[in-house]
Amino acid sequence: MTVATKHQASAASPQAMHRRRKPLPTRLYKVFRVVALIAVVLFLIAPLFWMLLASFKTNVDIYDTGKALFFSPTGENYANVLQRNNYFVFIFNSFWVAFVSTALSIVLGVPAAYAMSRFTMHRSALVVLMARVIPGVSLLVPWYYVFSNLRMVGKFEVLILSHMFVALPLIVYIMMSYFDSLPLELEESAQVDGLTSIGAFRRITLPLSVAGIATAGILSFIFSWNNFMFALVLSGSSTKTLPVAIFDFVSYASIDWGGLMAAATVVTIPIMIIALFTQKYIVSGLTAGATKG
Amino acid sequence: MSVLNAPGSAPARSAGRPPSMGGNFSAWSNRHRKWLFAAPAMIFVGVLIVFPLVWTLYLSLTDSQGSVRAATDFIGLQNYLTVLSDTQRFWPAVGRTMTFTGVALVCEVVLGMCIALLLWRPFRGEKWVRVAILLPLVATPVAVGMMWRLIFDPNIGFANQLLGMIGIPPQPWLSGQDTALGTTIFMDVWQWTPMVVLILLAGLTSLSDEPDEAARVDGANAFQRFFYITLPLMMPTLIVAILLRGIDALKTFDILYATKGKGGGSFNEVETLNVYAYGLSFDYNQYGLSSAVLILFFMIIIGSMWLLTMRKKAVSK
Repeated sequence: MTVATKHQASAASPQAMHRRRKPLPTRLYKVFRVVALIAVVLFLIAPLFWMLLASFKTNVDIYDTGKALFFSPTGENYANVLQRNNYFVFIFNSFWVAFVSTALSIVLGVPAAYAMSRFTMHRSALVVLMARVIPGVSLLVPWYYVFSNLRMVGKFEVLILSHMFVALPLIVYIMMSYFDSLPLELEESAQVDGLTSIGAFRRITLPLSVAGIATAGILSFIFSWNNFMFALVLSGSSTKTLPVAIFDFVSYASIDWGGLMAAATVVTIPIMIIALFTQKYIVSGLTAGATKG
Repeated sequence: MSVLNAPGSAPARSAGRPPSMGGNFSAWSNRHRKWLFAAPAMIFVGVLIVFPLVWTLYLSLTDSQGSVRAATDFIGLQNYLTVLSDTQRFWPAVGRTMTFTGVALVCEVVLGMCIALLLWRPFRGEKWVRVAILLPLVATPVAVGMMWRLIFDPNIGFANQLLGMIGIPPQPWLSGQDTALGTTIFMDVWQWTPMVVLILLAGLTSLSDEPDEAARVDGANAFQRFFYITLPLMMPTLIVAILLRGIDALKTFDILYATKGKGGGSFNEVETLNVYAYGLSFDYNQYGLSSAVLILFFMIIIGSMWLLTMRKKAVSK
């Protein structure tokens, strides 16, 4: 080790000699780390990139392996998907269902999470969190029973309700850990200053919780946007959401790969753009409650 | 009403009971804000989650099938006997669910730990790596399934082109009876390893540096420090990650249904319990049978969660 250090030192500039040199294994690790990180990024990004490329190819080009990377791009797939297959309707449906179910879940979930956090209602919290564990199908069968007897299958109301079963527990879970981390003293001093306890919640705690609510809301929106199974059973032809629309794309005999990839891109791009701008919130939401006992 | 006066609401009452109950809504709502806040969400969950569960339990004891409006007969545990003696579909589905979850979890946790360690200390370009980690995580699973269908297509897929470059013969991937389940596990690993990375990274950053530094001063090398210091300290976080990911992996549906369709393919090669239960319910309308499968599935999930929570408690001590 000393030999290596000396050898390095003699080659280095005079200024560098004052700093202590890192030992060889550390420098090797640094090289390894860069290579490994590049490999990880490639592994995660390459498939998405491939999907994006294919969405700009004609089906002839997709079948030609020689044109994997170099081809003349076409917007035809997108034109087909958006116009002929009516994807604007599905985009609106997906957005509407995700937006309303998230908004309603926030209205119901935030006060509930507050009560559960402040009064340590562990058993009640457990009931709500159970919803994260139950397989969706076991909820779908009874809902389908009830809603088809009410002749409501295929309506937005039913779809929004069903998405709230995912959204509400998620929001309660994230907001509980958020409220747990807010100091109680702020509310107490507000109450000393004459606010009622609900007043303190409304004027002090809620404004302080905007970041937490944003976190919960964004995640809930994403989960709802991505939800497939509930919409597969409960949506009708006019309320179909994007994931179901994509699934229907392949039920024909031969697959229109270009169109399929364009459709898949249309679904994923909005959510990825949201994710890029709200990265911090998404990470904190996904890891909420994971690091404490 | 007696519920409203549960001992938990004591802080609100400690200021002393106001003289009158009626008329003063504001005082009343302040006193009972605990249940006032929690009740709407609890009722929602109760009506739309607990009730369906109870109904599923009831359906599993009937011969309900065909139309949802058809009359049903109570047949006791017959559905459970049918399901538990079914070695054609049920038990293979249990096996596939376990294989899928087990293999995916091991890959995701090992890979996730490695990537989290790589990301642990700050470096240049960190922002870009974090973006790359986030993208698979938020991508719509059905779209992801379709994307992999193209990549793993035996004739035109990128996967076989890549294998061809290093001289490996083309693989059938999703269309092979033996390779399909493995391929779907690969997709799950691609999409959800980032989730494990994020959780473990949050755990790593919350660790104190001192034990690691002390071990370094004592001359422990990087591997010793990881296995004797970092890993034991990370155990609770690791179990949380396994718990969260495990529940979702057991319930995987979207990518399986999107890539292989009804019944998990023509040989049921990727038919897990969730896909099987879904197929029984909505492709074949066998509500009674599927409810029995779901109850058994639910018990498996609760059982595995309980085991892990026990393990976590043991580790935390």
